[in-house]
Amino acid sequence: MAVPKTVGLETEYGIVHRGAPEPNPISASSLLINAYLVGTHQAPEPGRAAVSWDFTDETPGNDARGGVPAGSLAPEIETHLVNAVLTNGARYYVDHAHPELSTPECADARAVVVYDRAAELIAARSMEAARMLLPPGEEIVVYKNNSDGKGNSYGCHENYLVSRAVPFSRIVTHATAHFVTRQIFCGAGKVGSETSGMRLDDAGYQISQRADFIEEEVGLETTLKRPIVNTRDEPHADAAKYRRLHVIVGDANMSQVATFLKVGTTALVMALTEDDAVPRELRFATPVAALRQVSRDLSLREPLELVDGATITALGAQWELLAAARAYVETRGADAVGGDVAHQVLDRWEAVLGGLERDPTSLAAQVDWVAKLRLLEGFRERHGLDFTDARLRALDIQYHDLRPAKSLAARAGLETLVDEAEAELAMTEPPPDTRAFFRGRCLQRFAAEVVAANWDSIVFDVGEGSLRRVSMTEPTRGTVAHVGAMFDECGSAIDLLRRLGAAGA
Amino acid sequence: MAEREQIRKPAPANREQSVEEAPPASERGSDIKAQLDDLLDEIDEVLETNAEDFVKSYIQKGGE
Repeated sequence: MAVPKTVGLETEYGIVHRGAPEPNPISASSLLINAYLVGTHQAPEPGRAAVSWDFTDETPGNDARGGVPAGSLAPEIETHLVNAVLTNGARYYVDHAHPELSTPECADARAVVVYDRAAELIAARSMEAARMLLPPGEEIVVYKNNSDGKGNSYGCHENYLVSRAVPFSRIVTHATAHFVTRQIFCGAGKVGSETSGMRLDDAGYQISQRADFIEEEVGLETTLKRPIVNTRDEPHADAAKYRRLHVIVGDANMSQVATFLKVGTTALVMALTEDDAVPRELRFATPVAALRQVSRDLSLREPLELVDGATITALGAQWELLAAARAYVETRGADAVGGDVAHQVLDRWEAVLGGLERDPTSLAAQVDWVAKLRLLEGFRERHGLDFTDARLRALDIQYHDLRPAKSLAARAGLETLVDEAEAELAMTEPPPDTRAFFRGRCLQRFAAEVVAANWDSIVFDVGEGSLRRVSMTEPTRGTVAHVGAMFDECGSAIDLLRRLGAAGA
Repeated sequence: MAEREQIRKPAPANREQSVEEAPPASERGSDIKAQLDDLLDEIDEVLETNAEDFVKSYIQKGGE
């Protein structure tokens, strides 16, 4: 049985420190995040330690395939950099040389859109706060993209809760079919190519930011030899019941519709996989080559070779997955995949595939690569440029600029699915229907007693001897329905811990 | 125009109108072109002035 699809995004942002004599992305990222924490009163009072991330349960080196192949490189954990938990249940931190924001756990694709937009607003607020601290002429700017156009990439990772009972090889099969082909509606578009051995201008424009950086079919790595399917086996939940599919292949999206579809369709494909409800296996003969081919085929018409010698287009594969998902929801219901939201995903999925089939340019308000291409083509025509002109590369980067005054995506007429007031509230309020509610409320109400937090536990110091750890290994518990009243009734962290102890939560 | 954009920056009057009252199909083509022209005017205004330097200096460390 498919488990409820608790989902979330982790976005690493590009960062530039303008006007700095010796810019350093790590210190710029720290300054950016600290400026936000201070500005929103989520920083500790003088003399107190911040509510920091608890690394006790982090095991990013565990491989879902069981044994780790020789030569595999486990990601390192950096425990010394800024690492904050926000009152909305999110994590805001410095990862490598980037600011990164992980959304709180969400119960459906629409909630992910709300918290992803909230993350953009948090980044914009952070930039404003940082500007107040910097000398005149200096500014820190954040970009929501995945490549610098020079061979360096940073990720927007997705996470999906799946049943531990499902064989990992089956996940690999169906996830690969989806990831190779879903780019046609969730690719963010990129000027040029960064594949080694290819000149930058070999591909004038391609659908995906990320395809050039994907080199393996399956693997544990995230920083080199990146795979289509990542095998990190770190469920951040009851490991006997759950896996967390950690997806590294996707682009960060500016379009809310693209984010909605990226997450919504993948959650559906995972539910189909758990319940073995995909009618046939779409196995590509060469998945990595197919992924790159799809990224470069703006016609969306090129056939992709399957292992049985037959071929299928990316659109064909997506129509097939959509039909399977429709049939699945009709026979088994949508409880595991977000309820009503799953029906909205199916309808939107169908509308977008239809639009791509008839005329991709009709989707300039929904699909990032189409929206960006419209700007590029218009600008190119107006100024008589060829595709290697620096202004077109600048336009590509600036599409992802998160400063409202500079963002080109914000000007491109993209359709929105959530209103700004809802996203603004989500900057500080946790989602009501996952364990993020418990985490967020604890931070809102009892930050002074919270020593550390992570995805599946919170550690309290209430001045009674040893620290108290509250475990949250069930992502769908700790919701407003479970613990909302308890927070209303508890006046202190001690009260809360007593009540939790009595309730055995 | 998207709600997000209206909040961030008031759109020129002619663009707002084009969304609120759908024009007849015959006018739609020129309207779409007018919208794109407005958008390109805005891009001319806000695009990084020294594109070459900007692109050259946009260097990131690999992440994840």
